[in-house]
Amino acid sequence: MIELRNLSKSYGETTAVDRLSLTVERGELLFLVGGSGSGKTTTLKMINRLVEPTGGRVLIDGEDLRAGPAWAHRRRMGYVFQGIGLFPHLTVGENVALTPELLGWDRRRVAVRVDELLALVELDPAVYRERWPSELSGGQQQRVGLARALAGEPRVVLLDEPFGALDPATRDRLQRSFETIRRALGLTGVFVTHDMSEALLLADRIAVLERGRLAQIGAPGELVSAPAAACVVELLAAPRRHARILSRVRTGGRAGAEEPD
Amino acid sequence: MSEQLALLPGYLTAHLQLTLIALLAGFLISVPTGVWVSHRPRAERLVLGAAGVVQTIPSLALLAVMVPLLALLGRWSEAAFGARLSSIGFLPAIVALSVYSLLPMLRNTVTGIAGVDDSLIEAARAVGMTPRQRLLRVELPLAAPVIVAGVRTATVWVVGTATLSTPVGATSLGNYIFSGLQTRNFNSVLVGCVAAAALALVLDGLVRLLEQGVAGRRRRRVAVAIAVLAALYLFAGITLLAGGAGRAGRAELRIGAKTFTEQYILSELLALQIERRTGVESRAVSSLGSTVAFDALVAGEIDLYVDYSGTIWATLMGRESAGESRVEVLRQVERFLVEEHGIVMLGALGFENAYALAMRRERADALGVDSLGDLARVSGELELGGDFEFFSRSEWRALERTYGFAFRQRRSMDPSLMYQALAAGDVDVISAFSTDGRIAADDLQLLDDDLEVIPPYDAVVLARAALLEERPGVAAAVRELADRIDERTMQELNLAVDRDRQTPAAVAARFMETSL
Repeated sequence: MIELRNLSKSYGETTAVDRLSLTVERGELLFLVGGSGSGKTTTLKMINRLVEPTGGRVLIDGEDLRAGPAWAHRRRMGYVFQGIGLFPHLTVGENVALTPELLGWDRRRVAVRVDELLALVELDPAVYRERWPSELSGGQQQRVGLARALAGEPRVVLLDEPFGALDPATRDRLQRSFETIRRALGLTGVFVTHDMSEALLLADRIAVLERGRLAQIGAPGELVSAPAAACVVELLAAPRRHARILSRVRTGGRAGAEEPD
Repeated sequence: MSEQLALLPGYLTAHLQLTLIALLAGFLISVPTGVWVSHRPRAERLVLGAAGVVQTIPSLALLAVMVPLLALLGRWSEAAFGARLSSIGFLPAIVALSVYSLLPMLRNTVTGIAGVDDSLIEAARAVGMTPRQRLLRVELPLAAPVIVAGVRTATVWVVGTATLSTPVGATSLGNYIFSGLQTRNFNSVLVGCVAAAALALVLDGLVRLLEQGVAGRRRRRVAVAIAVLAALYLFAGITLLAGGAGRAGRAELRIGAKTFTEQYILSELLALQIERRTGVESRAVSSLGSTVAFDALVAGEIDLYVDYSGTIWATLMGRESAGESRVEVLRQVERFLVEEHGIVMLGALGFENAYALAMRRERADALGVDSLGDLARVSGELELGGDFEFFSRSEWRALERTYGFAFRQRRSMDPSLMYQALAAGDVDVISAFSTDGRIAADDLQLLDDDLEVIPPYDAVVLARAALLEERPGVAAAVRELADRIDERTMQELNLAVDRDRQTPAAVAARFMETSL
């Protein structure tokens, strides 16, 4: 369980995140959605102290993250980057093995875990374990990034627009893999995206942020049926329009002939 | 040529020792320092700035300045710990070369670490690395290619610069170059240059092999490169220790020589004479810079060498000539050396090697120049060439002031090239040594010092005072040489080397057989 209590971050005069409080239940995937500058990535990075908060607290399973060194907490949280961030001087297998090694697992357990995770993200270990990241496609690299984040059996997974830089077809495939994996593992996590469709597709609950504050939080259905803020309506506009276009095309209309909202 | 090649193992080994140890020391200093400053912008500016300033010091000057610096440090450490540091030879060369190797490795370490992608740094933090793990597992491996490029630059620099450690008394491939230039033996120069270049290529190739092996994870390449480097280090270490032990065990004499032909011949002659009379073997420490030789004697690094009364008079005593006689100058110099430096004069060899200004005879006749007074009248139209130290010596300042010289231009140049420049008419007047065989050979005219500005320059053998008690036989043997060499003889001996390309050792041996 992840609890944010009055979590704040300011840079001098600018407030990026303003007294944000919310809770992610065990086994729940919460999406942070918002435009750029909404504070969603800053919030995510404060959860594993990549960014140190200027106020408030983060509790994981009741444990205050301010206690102890940040690196010790991070080993128990998976993190997936938009930029993927695989180490180019390490093989795919070595990248995945990093956190288990840092946790001091014995060699055999690490090797078994690496193969297990590569298989989980649908990369054949025998083929990909010894490859260099540079030899992989973007989608394959992000699968490795996901495997690396999950390798240390983390309590919590944090994902920062993990599929944002991929082409639509690859993104769709990865989203579906991810959905399967998270259900199978019962992951507790926070997922940052600016793509409302992605959130509606994958989220248990969605938190919409605007200028560092919580605009609305709720299940996808609640947001769609009762948007509580202008920014929520705005974020929902694109998925709505896409849905309308799709239904019109299916019934024989022309895609471009949509009336203004 | 074969004579030159016979020297190669010794010179190459010494050069390898200097290079490898200096690089290792430089590496061990610069990489940790580079790492330390890389996340501290102010320290980075300061450290890189300092290293950059050091780099602008000419390497020869950096080497030379280590001698008095280490002598100072040596006095201090002797007082504090009772351990004296050697101020000439291996130590100053190593210190200077290490310092010289810092900048490329330091700068590339900083650049390499700064060049690591920010997203990878963040990834390293996110997977739970401590700052130390981040450095060792991410930053250094990713910066390694850039750091190794710095090591390669430093390697090539140090191999080249190490040839300049000869004048501070460290044997290196520079011995070929310095003695070859002075004795006009261009085979020797060539051997030195080729050997240094080959060594640079080999070491650079090894580091490159290591670099490629690490980058491409080719275990065999890495193993080969590491094995060869380790073997070289082992070899350097063992030969260095063996050499040190050998020197300590053998009670040999060390005879110094400055960087010109006459000095090489006389040091060989001294060695032959001492061995003939006492059986004591000696080792030549040649191609020492002029003041380095004196400092080395004072510091006890060498036991004896030949210097010139006028040089000590002018350079060390800061005196200008007031027309004192040869005997008077000798007397005063002798007293000064004993009283101020604990150095004894074991006698004058019988000839003077004076600084003099020389012209081609036909040119002097055409201009009607016989003396320095005559020269002053026409100096405005003439160019003057001088050896490296000439224009900074007090003799030159006294000459310039007394005669009122105003040469159109003056050039400092290598003594052996100076004579060629004079013959070719590129300069009109040169600073010459009166015993130089080329004066007679090239038909040069030495101009009269009619106002007696230049002091007399009797060649004298200087020794540590303690030598008299330690080895009375040696002192006696050297004293036998007093007044045995006149100016003409010395000119002939010099010419045999400079023109006829005989080695100083051979020339000294023949003189010993025929004339002593």
